[in-house]
Amino acid sequence: MEAVKGENLVFSEVDEILEKYQNERTPLLAVLQDVSRKWGYLPRDVMGYVAKKLDVPSAQVWGAATFYSFFETEPVGQYMVRVCKSAPCHVLGAVNVLGTLQRELGIQVGDTSRDGKFTLQATSCLGVCGVAPAMMVNDITYGNLTEERIREVLALYE
Amino acid sequence: MFYRAHVLIEMTSNSIHLGASQVKERLEREIAQAGLSNEVKVLETGPLGRGVPSPFLMIYPDNIMYAPVTVSEVREIVSEHLLKGRPVERLIVSETAPALKEGYFRPSPLAKEKRVVLRNSGLIDPGSIEDYIAQDGYQALGKVLSMSRQEAINIVKDSGLVGRGGAGFPTGLKLEFTMKAPGEEKYVVCNADEGEQGTFKDRLILEGDPHSIVEAMAICGYAVGAGEGYIYIRAEYPESIRAVEKAIESATDTGLLGDGILGADFSFQVKIRQGAGAYICGEETSLLESIEGKRGEPRIKPPYPPQAGLWGKPTAINNVETLANIPPIILNGADWYKSIGTPTCPGTKVFTLTGNVNMLGLIEVPMGITLRELLYDVGGGIRGGRQMKVVQTGGPSGGTMTPDMLDVPMAFDTLAQFNSALGSGALTVVDDTHCIVDVVKNFCEFFLHESCGKCTPCRIGNKRIVEILDRMQRGRGRPGDLDLLRILGENMKTTSFCGLGQAAPNPLMKCLDYFQEEFEKHVTEHLCDCQVCEMKPKRKEVGV
Amino acid sequence: MAKVAAEVNRKDEQENVATLYLDGREIQVPASSSVLEACKSAGIHIPTLCHMDGLTPYGGCRICVVEIEGQPTLAAACVTPVREGMKIQTSSKKVREARKANLELLLSNHPLDCQLCDRNQFCELQDLAYELGVRKIRFEGEQQHHEVDISSPSVKRDLDRCILCGRCIRTCSEIQSVFAIDFANRGFESYISPSLGLPLGESVCINCGQCIHACPTGALSEVEHVEKVWDALNDPEKTVVLQTAPAIRVSIGEPFGMPQGTISTGKMVAALRRLGFDYIFDTNFSADLTIIEEGTEFITRLTQGGVLPLITSCSPGWIKFMEHFYPELMENVSTCKSPQQMLGAVVKTYFAQKIGVEAKDIVMASIMPCTAKKYECQRDEMRASGYQDVDYTLTTREAARMLREKGINLAEMPEEDFDEPLGLSTGAAAVFGATGGVMEAALRTVYEKVTGETLPKLDFMDVRGMDGVKEAIVDVKGTPVRVAVAHGLGNARTLLDTVRAGEVTYHFIEIMACPGGCIGGGGQPIPTNLDIRMKRIEAIYNVDKSFPVRKSHENPAIQKLYEDFLGEPNGEKAHHLLHTHYSCREKM
Repeated sequence: MEAVKGENLVFSEVDEILEKYQNERTPLLAVLQDVSRKWGYLPRDVMGYVAKKLDVPSAQVWGAATFYSFFETEPVGQYMVRVCKSAPCHVLGAVNVLGTLQRELGIQVGDTSRDGKFTLQATSCLGVCGVAPAMMVNDITYGNLTEERIREVLALYE
Repeated sequence: MFYRAHVLIEMTSNSIHLGASQVKERLEREIAQAGLSNEVKVLETGPLGRGVPSPFLMIYPDNIMYAPVTVSEVREIVSEHLLKGRPVERLIVSETAPALKEGYFRPSPLAKEKRVVLRNSGLIDPGSIEDYIAQDGYQALGKVLSMSRQEAINIVKDSGLVGRGGAGFPTGLKLEFTMKAPGEEKYVVCNADEGEQGTFKDRLILEGDPHSIVEAMAICGYAVGAGEGYIYIRAEYPESIRAVEKAIESATDTGLLGDGILGADFSFQVKIRQGAGAYICGEETSLLESIEGKRGEPRIKPPYPPQAGLWGKPTAINNVETLANIPPIILNGADWYKSIGTPTCPGTKVFTLTGNVNMLGLIEVPMGITLRELLYDVGGGIRGGRQMKVVQTGGPSGGTMTPDMLDVPMAFDTLAQFNSALGSGALTVVDDTHCIVDVVKNFCEFFLHESCGKCTPCRIGNKRIVEILDRMQRGRGRPGDLDLLRILGENMKTTSFCGLGQAAPNPLMKCLDYFQEEFEKHVTEHLCDCQVCEMKPKRKEVGV
Repeated sequence: MAKVAAEVNRKDEQENVATLYLDGREIQVPASSSVLEACKSAGIHIPTLCHMDGLTPYGGCRICVVEIEGQPTLAAACVTPVREGMKIQTSSKKVREARKANLELLLSNHPLDCQLCDRNQFCELQDLAYELGVRKIRFEGEQQHHEVDISSPSVKRDLDRCILCGRCIRTCSEIQSVFAIDFANRGFESYISPSLGLPLGESVCINCGQCIHACPTGALSEVEHVEKVWDALNDPEKTVVLQTAPAIRVSIGEPFGMPQGTISTGKMVAALRRLGFDYIFDTNFSADLTIIEEGTEFITRLTQGGVLPLITSCSPGWIKFMEHFYPELMENVSTCKSPQQMLGAVVKTYFAQKIGVEAKDIVMASIMPCTAKKYECQRDEMRASGYQDVDYTLTTREAARMLREKGINLAEMPEEDFDEPLGLSTGAAAVFGATGGVMEAALRTVYEKVTGETLPKLDFMDVRGMDGVKEAIVDVKGTPVRVAVAHGLGNARTLLDTVRAGEVTYHFIEIMACPGGCIGGGGQPIPTNLDIRMKRIEAIYNVDKSFPVRKSHENPAIQKLYEDFLGEPNGEKAHHLLHTHYSCREKM
């Protein structure tokens, strides 16, 4: 258990999540989403525990966990910055957004900053093309990005 | 309590990041300081779309809209307009804002606009079931509960409504197949995994009028004989998820969901399932796999979902926009619906305008509007007075429209005739400063990222296409590359497992034909006229 | 009336039959057929890759595409159901180009070093490239790269050669119900991964190696012991003893071009002797020994009220499966070691004494039809002499490779006999190689031991054959003994679930991890399919018939082993050397 101390503590937290979905049929993704929200990623041991509790083969849990781009299987930064690289943002300068972020954060796409604060990822359409180019920081979307605005947004998380 | 005025503030994922929360906070503080707390009520509303800058304030009963509103302007609006009754002229967007009671259609500066699915969006508090009910909400549900299943389905069938997610399959038939499929256990699923690039209509509906979807799902549930509905919302839309959660909760509290709805022998509940970032889950069978907790890989068809869908049971799966059409169709009848749009493709379509166009946003118009009207009348033309190069409709998997198609009526059938597609109604405008190789590569990279990997042509084909385009951009294009692209594209189109792979090469193939010279120039002369591509090539070799 | 009935029948038939036009030729097929099945029944060969008989159709490789009139896209024959009046083109230009393009795409992401691959000449991808006449790969670019996974004691995974057909995944889940592997990641980065992305050796993989038979390429193969055996053979300090399993003699001829189902016991012994082994013994000897021990255990449990049903323990894949998924049945499983381990234990104690060589100087090697045996011989419990009972386990394929390297053509060998005394066996031991065989051999002995009478008929037909779960009731002098046999762990799961639910009671159950039993083991020659399995089974029963002695307890060498060394069956010494215990494992 890389993410947290005290295995029992962790599993009791996972139990809480599992309990929430105990009446749901095939709740694997919902459970993984909650796990992901709690730890920022899907710790391997937790996935193994979830597999056992939901009686889903752990190879299938891994298969699902690695299929969806919002799931991480390794620890990531406190803030996940997802930059839209789809066409509506692309034609309005998404490349510059990525460039600015890489410069400001000092990391490349796919990397996590050394202080563990930010992870930078490129993502498919965020569905906020009306304010393109856009990015998401954890659950919050920011649009109409310019160099200046990116710096403002990042400042919110410093 | 009676309020003299209502102030609606747009609270959406768009507007929040543009300061809506701060504006609202300030608004409430100013109203309190002005002593108007008992007279003026602040309500949250969903997006209005149509290029109205965010966040906007709509003041009723004056029908006056301010947009965009910044925190520093709030005090003036409160003290001048709300306190002294003097609208702040310079901040007003439109004096002809809609009145709440005018039905589905509101007067609009745009003669073409016709709101059916966006009938309430931006006009009511999406968090208030009372607001929705006041707009005839849940009446359609009440109406179908007095009909037979077949009668209800017949209305939808007769209306000519076809799926708005992209494929354009007749909705009534889908419901009928599901209804007639053998089995007691059936499901209704709403596809809110809006992943097509440039599409955000479903988000607006979900955030602006979530009850319309909950109601439509209940109607479908009754029609097909399902007791449970699932709405699959993409993870990128946390606000939508919250809005729908709240709607389900209040509908359940009000007895519009749950057991014995409206005293009828019909029980129905709606559950939310979230996506986790996979475009392929917009494909209906992948979506079902995802709800079942699996990798979102498409299933072998047949059987189709109406025969064997969620957990192998008959399932009616519909897109958000499609569903939003259903309550008004039930209430107003099939003939009413058929009077909108074109004879062969009735109804309205929500178009989202994105890319290099002056006014980003969305508009709902009858089917049959032309691209020219959308770009120039609605969108205010191309940014910076440039020329249109291509418009991608319905995301990369949809159709590619070139300037020669500006006057083609936009409807499922007409665009198909031009070997294009309406898709989700997203319009991504690309102006002539953009290199076609770069734009096409962007589309292809999207598919490379989103391919599920199940079948060979899509898994490896996309990769090879992107690699070829990439070397063309770096001035390393080789003779024969264009042929290879055509072979790869054609192969992907004809042999991919699912619609995603089959549609993935559409923009490439269309642009290879239409912009052949530009592609060739990249390969033979290592030149990018738009100076977008890096071209670190051996220019000497070609004598440039 | 009769006329009406006849008409109704005819109508039924009509409804169940579809008329198609295959390449312009009208044919009729069952309406439930796939296009692929229809083509096959019409004698039209459609190339396939991700398709495998016995597994759910997948439709991923897009090699089997055909053109269907009125359809803009090509259809994958394996997943397309036939429709009345369908007009199908199976080799139009469009079809041929598409197949080639998809194959070239696969090859563009695959190493082109066939001569270095252990599946060279047994590779479906290679065959297909030849069959479709691919001369040039037009597409090129980045290839996926993964480290070779050698964490498992049994199965080596070289994912660079994987073409993602998913046949291993479906075999592991649908046939074996183990679910040790699945697809991971997506798109171009897809790969096949064991549980939680861990190496295979840390997963629930039960080492059966059925995935190797499913694999069309060299992505999956056994972990080789060939070099270690060569080293032992070349070491003058070591006495190298070999044993060959019951199933080898009916399959090892195949890699040397002998017809499937040929019995080549004598040639096999002669060939192996020429590799330089000091002694060549027969696992069939210890199969007889197993029957004495397990039979005694069964009779004791039956007559003294022990835990029933007793379940066989010869199949190490099944044992690991039980430890992961059915630990509550642990008490039911026989404590007998498998024949491989029994022979190893006897060789390193009894035989070592006899020839005056210390156990440490004996290298015990085996040729097994099985990849799980490689894992079994490394289990901590399997060290009766203080040293590993069995040091190295070769699959049938590896044995053939060694012979090939030494330039020995098995087909041309004379007939020779196993060495004495651990080379002597009965017909009962021979049938161990087929599903139902252990049960049949045990019944022959148990019946006679319990009743004291001669068994009237030696062949127990009810437990033979390829049905997934077989049952029989044997009348043992008035006592009905209920037995069941399952092969393939999916079938075993079905059977065990009914047992666990208390729906049926049995006295004795045989479980073999692999379909068909050991003749279909993961270490057997490639290809191994249903047809070939049945031919090998037929040969196994012919071996049985060819023996004058067909009951384990009548094996004189076994009788002598007890007299000279072991004492009583299930006695203290026997228990120490020939029995083992199990442990509970994670179910993930």
